This record gives sequence, C-alpha cells and structure tokens, in this order.
Amino acid sequence: MAYVAIADRDHALHDPQSWVTKYIWSQDHKVIAIQYAITAILIGLVALGLSLVMRLQLGFPHTFSLIAPGDYLQAITMHGMIMVIYLLTALFLGGFGNYLIPLMCGARDMVFPYLNMLSYWVYLLAVLVLVAGFFIPGGPTGAGWTLYPPQAISNGTPGASWGIICMLVSLAIFIVAFTMGGLNYVTTVLQARCRGMTLMRMPLSVWGIFVATILGLLAFPALLVGAIMLLLDSVLGTSFFMPAVVSMGHAPTHNGGSPLLFQHLFWFFGHPEVYIVALPAFGIVSDLLSTHARRHIFGYRMMVWAILAIGCLSFVVWAHHMYVSGMNPYFGFFFATTTLIIAVPTALKVYNWVLTLWRGDIHLTVPMMFAIGFIFTFIHGGLTGLFLGNVTVDVPLSATYFVVAHFHMVMGVSPILVVFGAVYHWYPKMTGRMLNDTLGRIHFWITFLGVYSIYLPMHYLGILGVPRRYYAYTTADFPPSVQSLNAAITVAALIVATAQLVLLFNLVWSLFHGKPAGSNPWRATTLEWQTPDTPPKHGNWGARLPVVYRWAYDYSVPGAAEDFIPQNVPPSERAPAGHSHGGSV
Amino acid sequence: MSLSIAFAALVASTVVWVLLVRRLTAKPWLTRGSTGALHEGGETLLPPQTIGLWTFLGVITSLFGLFIAAYHMRMVVGMQQGDWNHFPVPRLLWGNTFVLMLGSVAMEWARAAAERGELGRLRPRLLLGGLLTAAFLLGQLLAWRQVRGSEYFSPSNPAVAFFYLLTAVHGLHLLGGLAVWGRTIARLSAPRVKPLDISLTVGLCTVYWHYLLLVWLVLFGLMLST
Repeated sequence: MAYVAIADRDHALHDPQSWVTKYIWSQDHKVIAIQYAITAILIGLVALGLSLVMRLQLGFPHTFSLIAPGDYLQAITMHGMIMVIYLLTALFLGGFGNYLIPLMCGARDMVFPYLNMLSYWVYLLAVLVLVAGFFIPGGPTGAGWTLYPPQAISNGTPGASWGIICMLVSLAIFIVAFTMGGLNYVTTVLQARCRGMTLMRMPLSVWGIFVATILGLLAFPALLVGAIMLLLDSVLGTSFFMPAVVSMGHAPTHNGGSPLLFQHLFWFFGHPEVYIVALPAFGIVSDLLSTHARRHIFGYRMMVWAILAIGCLSFVVWAHHMYVSGMNPYFGFFFATTTLIIAVPTALKVYNWVLTLWRGDIHLTVPMMFAIGFIFTFIHGGLTGLFLGNVTVDVPLSATYFVVAHFHMVMGVSPILVVFGAVYHWYPKMTGRMLNDTLGRIHFWITFLGVYSIYLPMHYLGILGVPRRYYAYTTADFPPSVQSLNAAITVAALIVATAQLVLLFNLVWSLFHGKPAGSNPWRATTLEWQTPDTPPKHGNWGARLPVVYRWAYDYSVPGAAEDFIPQNVPPSERAPAGHSHGGSV
Repeated sequence: MSLSIAFAALVASTVVWVLLVRRLTAKPWLTRGSTGALHEGGETLLPPQTIGLWTFLGVITSLFGLFIAAYHMRMVVGMQQGDWNHFPVPRLLWGNTFVLMLGSVAMEWARAAAERGELGRLRPRLLLGGLLTAAFLLGQLLAWRQVRGSEYFSPSNPAVAFFYLLTAVHGLHLLGGLAVWGRTIARLSAPRVKPLDISLTVGLCTVYWHYLLLVWLVLFGLMLST
C-alpha cells in the first residue's frame, strides 16, 4: 500500500550524515521550518526598520532628514512586499506549515523531503535577489507594493530601471520556491496522515495551512504571469501593460498596453493572498483558543466548511481592490456583493472562537492572550473591511489612511499576533524549554495596546481625508492636530518596535536558561505533543507511527480523569496514559 | 476574463465538493475509536508522486489559464485601439505539433512497456519520446526565427509578443519534463533497476507529456483562431 510505504517505513529516510546535512542541507521538515522562520524574521526586521524610517519622516518631518521623497516611495514598496510575501506567507506556510503538518498528521516527514529542502534554498535566493535591490544603481523599486504599470517602469519612478527588475525576478523565484513547498504540503496532508487521522480529525491548524496552500498554488501563477509580462515590457519593450505615455518629456516607447490588465492579474493573486495569510492564522488561533480554554472548539465542522468557503470565495472578490480604477457598475455591484458574502463564513468563525471561550476553563497564558488579542484586532479590521467593500464608501476612502489602518489591522497586526501566540505555544516543543512568562506578558501588553495606539488614530486621519503614500504634508492642507496625531503614532510605533526586542531576547535567553518544558506543557491533545522525544528527533515518532482514535479537541470530557485526552489514546483509556504511550502500530 | 474565471472557480468548487463532501460530513466528536481503514471514507491507493504530479498540473493549468485570459483581454483592448496586428503563425507549427503528438505516442508506448516490465523495449521507446520532444523544441526555435525575419515582427505588436511568450513558457515546461526524462534514462542504465519504480516514473512522465500536448493544442488553436 503506497501510503504505508511512505509513512510507516521503519528506516528513516534521508538520515543526516554530518553536521552540514543535519543543519544546513537538511531534508528534515523541522530544520527546514526553522530555516524558513529565521530567514523570514530577519527580512521582516528589515521591513520593520523601513516602517520606522517612514514613521519618523511622517511624525517629525522637520526634525529628521533620514530620507528623501524618492526613498520614501522605495521604503513603502519594500516594506509592503516584504511583509506580505517574504515574511507572512513564508512564515505561515514555510515555517509553521513545515513544522506542524507532519507532526500534527502523524507523519515522519514531508513526502518529498528533497524538494522541501530545495524550496527553502530557492526561497533564500529570492530574498537575496530582493535585498540586492537595495545595493544596485537607483535602488529598489518605488512603485508601491502593487507594482502598477505604467509608473512601475516609467522614468521618474525610483528604481524604474534595475530595481523593478530585481523585484520581479525575486517574485518569480519566490513563486517557484512556494510551488515546491506547496506541492509537499498538499501531498503530505492527503497521503501521509497516520492511521485513524481522517480529514475530519485533523486539527484546524492543518486545515488552515492546507487550504491556504491550495489557494497559493492557484493564485501565485497570476502574480507570475503579471511579473513575467511586466518584465518583458520593461526589458524588451513589449506593450502588454504599457500604454503610450509621454514620460519626463520622452516620446512613448510603448503602444496600447492595458494597465488594467495588470491590475486584474495582480489582484487575482492579491486577494487570495490575504487568505493565504489569514487561513493559517485562523486555524492556529482555533487550536490555541481550544487548548488554553480547555474546551473543544465550538462548531468544528462549521469551522472546516468556513475555511473551504472562504477559500473558494476568495477567488471572486478581487476587483473590490479596483473600484477606483473604474469599472462597469454591474461589476462593482457583483464584487461588492461577493465581498459581503465572504464576510459570512468569516463572521461564523469569529462567533465560534468567542463561543469556544464561553464557559471555558480559560487559562490566561501568553499564547492565549495573543489569541484573544487577535480576536479583537481581527474584528476591528474585518468591520472596516465591510466599509471598504462597498463601492460608494470605498471611493472617497481608498486613497486615505483609512485603508492603511484597515489592512494593517486585518492583514498585518492580526496575523502577527497569531504568529506570536504560536511562537509562545510551540517554542517548548521546538526547543524543549519554555519561554519566559513575564517577558511574554510584557511583550503582549506593549504590542497589543501599542498597535491600537498606532492604528485607531489612522482611521480618524483617513476620515479627515489625509492621503496615504505622501512623504510630507503642509499645515495648509490639514489642521495642526493631524501633525500632532502623526507624531503620537510615530512614538507608539517606536515603542511597539522596541517591544519586539523583548521577544527576540526571550527567544535567545530561553534557549539556554528557559524552564524545561517536558513533552506536553500545555496538556494538549494534538499529536505533535505526543512525540517520544522533545524536541522531536529525526523521523518524529521512533519505531512506530501513532494511531489516532479521536478528534483533536477532547478537552474537559465528562468522566475523564484529566481535562484532556490526546488523539492517540484508545477509547478504552479515558485518561491520558502518559504522553508518549498512546496507541501505535 | 471575470466570467471565465468565475466559471472556472465554480467548476473547481464543484469538483472539490464532489470529492470531499462524503468525508467532510463526519462528526468527529461522535466517532471515537479506530476507523479500521487508513482514512475514513476509503483508502487512497495512489502513490504520493501521482498526487504531487496532478497537483502540479493544477498549478500549470492555472498558469496557462491566466496567460490565455490575459491574451484574450489584451486582444480585446488591442483591437479596440488598433495596435493588435494579426500575423499568420508559421506553417512550421503544424509540423511541430505533429512531432509533439508523435512524442506523446512514443511515451505512451514506453508506458505500456514499463507496465509489462519489458525493460528492453522501454529504453528505445523512451529515447524516441524524448528525442521527438527535443525535435519539437528545435522546430519552435526555427519558428521563432521565421517570425523574427518576417515583416510582422515588432515587439510592440502584442500578437507577436504573445506568440513568443506562450511558446517560450510552454517550451520551458517541456524542458523541465526532459530533465526528468534524462534522469529516468540514466536510472534505466543503472545495474539494478527496479521495474516497479521505473514504471511509476515513466507513467508520470507520460501523463505530463500528454498534458503538455493538450496545453500546446489549446495554445496553438488560440493563436490560429485569433
């Protein structure tokens, strides 16, 4: 049987022979996950630094002279692209996907480990090409993260010659890397689950990552198509997207291209991308809430269906990002309607998270605090999304800070809070040590209150009509209070950014001095906590794979001796029989 | 574009529904205990490589589908603005298409031999399939040269640009296939080759070849009809 041949072989595949094959050219999904995570976090710190430079410019335009107007556009572009693609997508799928899928499904590794290893190294290459943009003549592209033509490759836009090429080539390489990883995630979920792990017994984290991967595999080609065609317009003088434009006094070199075509392609990728990031976050937060509230997830089946519904609907809402580009009113009506429809399964999930907490035995651990914080920020971001999904409201708000506030709350802050919660939750399994609890709480409160201090005032700025993407404003444009608010936002941003150093310190300090975690410190039910070794060794499960007898949410089962029953405990054993002594074959 | 994509999404959703609905109606909180089978709702007997290939073909379908949608949208805009200048595709493409079809037939023969474990017959058939594919690629390069030397050539003519783009992307996918084909040939030359492993690889190569032939027929038809 093909399944058993892959999942239950006694001799582990690709055993590392040396330090290099164990930690560098490793084919072990756990090592690859950590490689992905470290790279994503490092490049994310670059993007964080860029945001601080921009905030200093906006908050104190006459005090600091860190950047020129062109640099500001480059910083916006690189910040946005890095955060969305190279940090969040890579971290959720390459990092958590790699670490959690085999462990939660009861597999020894991904089904194509060599391809998995290649995926990371190609991703690293994409990051290096992107970073190279900072060091080439003209610097990185300043076209905005959406890279719209014609300005992306027109004279006068920063990085219009080499910067945009670096960006497009890097994106193409990233997509190749993602495809390699994505094929692994999908096939592993479908083919390498252990005995008894039915689809409907999978933890929601796996469901979220699985569906997000399918979205990525279908949506990233749209970005690839757009990137290739834009590259050809830029390098070979084709006119796929570039219309005839007299630019900086130069005669047009292109003829008749359609910038709207690029927008369609970009957003056909761009909107599913929101859910490529959000769905893993949804899944992970469901598991965090259930584990730390000691209560089964409310409406598990509904949650699975909601993930699938959101995944399907995410492909038919893309043009709500293009209302201001102009479209047939009937199309506007269609996309506004689908946008409102996708809010239904999303709202269902929010209700179910809240109902999971209802009458739960809530443990306010650090992961739980981040998970609850996510519910707050996601509701706020989601509600403002309803505003912007409607054509008549979106048109006046689209170019303002309201949009910046909205998407940072829903797409930036919310997933990042889940990332933090997940790090605090799974760090003990990855390292065998607990993160420091006090530092974690300090990190949470500064981050949570800080992001509200940053983004709530931005909604107000947006309603005042303060435009986004501007390097500086004059007092003639807006009342002085706008500048005061910008300064306050900058101070809050600096504090929040500094608080992230607490996490970084905690990650390193706890590696050596953290309290030993044991195999299952959160007393969780899912399989990754039932491994014979912590951190799990190569092959994860020792001689035998686990057998799953129940779903992932048997918390506080009436009559059970403990308030959790791991998935690999047979029905005859009502209480956990030791975390690593569950059923096996 | 929006309608075609909405339709494709609808079809995809329907397929997902039909494939998954049986498994996703279970109530896991009620069904504790061993399921008896590996996966509730039936075992999956397909090897992971097969699942991986079909998933990859889904990605390719999305890629070429989007290229075709972009082609269509750009053509509509170009015809309105008058910058889309039709050009006669080289007649050589008919011959290339025939060669690629022969390549696909040769791969099918190779698969039949591999399934029967006839390694002696497998090798020449597999070689023939790969060589015919290489000949197709060579033919495509000649077609490129013909267009380059014709009066219609102009990078700013989107019809010409799409001709080069679509043939290049298709050709790159075939080159990827040829890389796997080369590895398979090398494995066949190994002293202790296992017929079962080779059979799977050759079978997957054949599916890939047929699929890329189908993609080429769609692309060729598109260029001929517009």
